Amino acid sequence: MTLAELNKGERAIIEDLVTDSVPLKLIEMGCLPGNLIELVQLAPFNDPMYLNVNGAHLAIRRETAYKIYIKKLAL
Amino acid sequence: MSKRINIALIGNPNTGKTSVFNLLTGLNQKTGNYPGITVEKKEGICNLTKGTKAHIIDLPGTYSLNASSLDENLVIELLLNKNDKDYPDVAIVIADVENLKRNLLLFTQIKDLGIPTLLAINMSDRMLRKGISIDVEKMEKALQTKIALISTRKKTGIDDLKNLIANHRKLSSTSCLDFTQIDTSYFESLQKTFPNQTVYKLWLVITQDVNFAKINRNSIDQSEGSHTRSASFLKRLQQRETIKRYQFINEVLKSSYKINLEEATDFRARLDRVLTHKFWGYVIFFVILLTIFQAIFDWSSYPMDAIDSTFVSLSEMAKTHLPSWFVPKLIAEGIIPGIGGVVIFIPQIAVLFIFISLLEESGYMSRVVFMMDRVLRRYGLSGKSVVPLISGTACAIPAIMATRNIENWKERLITIMVTPFTTCSARLPVYLILIALVVPDTRVLGANLQGLVLMGLYLLGFAMAIIAAQIMNKLLKLPHANTFVVEMPNYRLPLLRNVLITVYDKTKSFVLEAGKIILAISVLLWVMASNGPGENFKEAEKIVVESTQLTGDALEQKVVAHKLENSYLGLVGKAIEPAIRPLGYDWKIGIALVSSFAAREVFVGTLATIYNVGSDEEDTIKNRMAAEVKPNGKPTFDLPTGMSLMMFYAFAMQCMSTLAIVRKETNSWKWPAIQLVSMTAIAYIAAFVTYQIFLYF
Repeated sequence: MTLAELNKGERAIIEDLVTDSVPLKLIEMGCLPGNLIELVQLAPFNDPMYLNVNGAHLAIRRETAYKIYIKKLAL
Repeated sequence: MSKRINIALIGNPNTGKTSVFNLLTGLNQKTGNYPGITVEKKEGICNLTKGTKAHIIDLPGTYSLNASSLDENLVIELLLNKNDKDYPDVAIVIADVENLKRNLLLFTQIKDLGIPTLLAINMSDRMLRKGISIDVEKMEKALQTKIALISTRKKTGIDDLKNLIANHRKLSSTSCLDFTQIDTSYFESLQKTFPNQTVYKLWLVITQDVNFAKINRNSIDQSEGSHTRSASFLKRLQQRETIKRYQFINEVLKSSYKINLEEATDFRARLDRVLTHKFWGYVIFFVILLTIFQAIFDWSSYPMDAIDSTFVSLSEMAKTHLPSWFVPKLIAEGIIPGIGGVVIFIPQIAVLFIFISLLEESGYMSRVVFMMDRVLRRYGLSGKSVVPLISGTACAIPAIMATRNIENWKERLITIMVTPFTTCSARLPVYLILIALVVPDTRVLGANLQGLVLMGLYLLGFAMAIIAAQIMNKLLKLPHANTFVVEMPNYRLPLLRNVLITVYDKTKSFVLEAGKIILAISVLLWVMASNGPGENFKEAEKIVVESTQLTGDALEQKVVAHKLENSYLGLVGKAIEPAIRPLGYDWKIGIALVSSFAAREVFVGTLATIYNVGSDEEDTIKNRMAAEVKPNGKPTFDLPTGMSLMMFYAFAMQCMSTLAIVRKETNSWKWPAIQLVSMTAIAYIAAFVTYQIFLYF
């Protein structure tokens, strides 16, 4: 599944990224395979998404979230 | 003998880098620009020990050296080129103790450049509360550096940091990353071709298109062994590089850094739940905006009134006490009112910058970006356009510079193009004086009508910006790239010291920049108004005396008016009168209009100069304008003319400095030219329609 399918408050592990369409800055901020990711908050229309990646807080657009593959963790 | 050490301060945004800079240098700092570009260059001097001075450069905050804007490349080049006069003897990377992992990424990059690098871990006062513990010795060993634990809030650790700087010769400059682990053949062959260079430097030259010491992308491409690769190959290597760096950092932190996550994020989460709430978040933002505007008008009106009347009496004093030949007259009638026209903005600009820096320092601005992104994207803007659009209410120049952190070029370009529609503080004096003249001071539904009109003009500015953005979004055909990433920093209590320094800095540069233009124009205007061609000007007195029966004051006024009408300035105004007559303006307003194409705020100053030339009595500008009459005896500034003028100023592109900055930021004359023509056309039409409508009331 992709990050876009995660619900608010849920956690997941990043499995893979579509290399060519994910901004390098996102990777530099710690969005890497193997890292823990949590959806903290959604703006209206569920976009952008406010994330916590291994303790780094950042927001990305939903279109980018489709490029990030995850494995959801049980609550 | 004293010697100078060059220091570069580097760090991610929101790590308190500027606070460190302020603490090290005190007020011993200056802000300038890097040659040829508009990136701010902050420099300062710090006394390390007796006889040792350090020259400190505060580099723009960045997450990594892979930042891609053209201007930042010059900053990277400073770090590459050993022959640059500012090349650092030592680099200090400032990190936030709570985001150490991410901050260390930049540290490893700087260190790999071969520059002796120190690590200053800021906000160490929060460690206990956040359940963080650091084994400094182990970390120093793993990173091969020296570490200072500092707190800019509590002002601790700064002396340790100074000591480490003083002993910078003992620092190791070995690199963190072995590039052959990323791609053995590629990097080995690169190193073989340039055996005397650091691999990471070469790699930056390739990926960032920078150059140093005669090496640039081309010379590497054409070098032996051919190192040309496709963009996606390079990007994949960059990603692999980043992953390797994180692996290194994880190893370092595993043994030396411990955090108890349970204690970490409670306060932040609770605040976020309210401030980014789908309904209340917007209500709070709206209330904050209202408060800001209220403050700009209410709080600043007292100092502004005081400044206004001070300059009136100064000019008056100069007029009575200085001898009446050219230079003193120029001072009294041209320069003093001209300077007054600049100084009067200081209170408002200062108040606005206080609020903007409070919003940014506290971390709230990122939440606004998060909330507004979806809304603004519909119009081709980005959530990050909020900062320019709000700053634009102070001045479009810093606002347009603030568009730099919008990664998407199309969104950034649209933001640059529409920001000048927001009501900048230069329009404010025009609005204020016109509203006072033509809008009755009554109450409508319990609110002050004048205040409502003013608020309407602000909303009009924002609305026009949005409409223009939408049109551009439809017209512009640019490739789509999704690159929106925004950090959501921790909430922090803003440091008063930082806010004050920012406000002082921005206000000063506004006054100096705008002041130069305004001063020059008011001098030019005064000269043009005090001289004229031909008999009509020189023999004004004789002509008027012969043509009327008036005596005393009335006669004198008539003479002065006749002189102005026949001066060079008057002739210019007369020449354009036919074009502006349908908008309800006479030739005097025409002069003000023409002169304010350099800068809007010149309008009031010009009218002040024009009416000052035409009268001897001490009076405020407003009273003089109210006393002006049309040939038919009615006041010049009536409702139709006043409203029409406000529309014109709301939309017209009347700011040379803004055009210059747009030229710089878009790197082409095309965009400022489009701005100038289309905005002025919109202004003309809007003013025309408004005038005709109000004539019927």
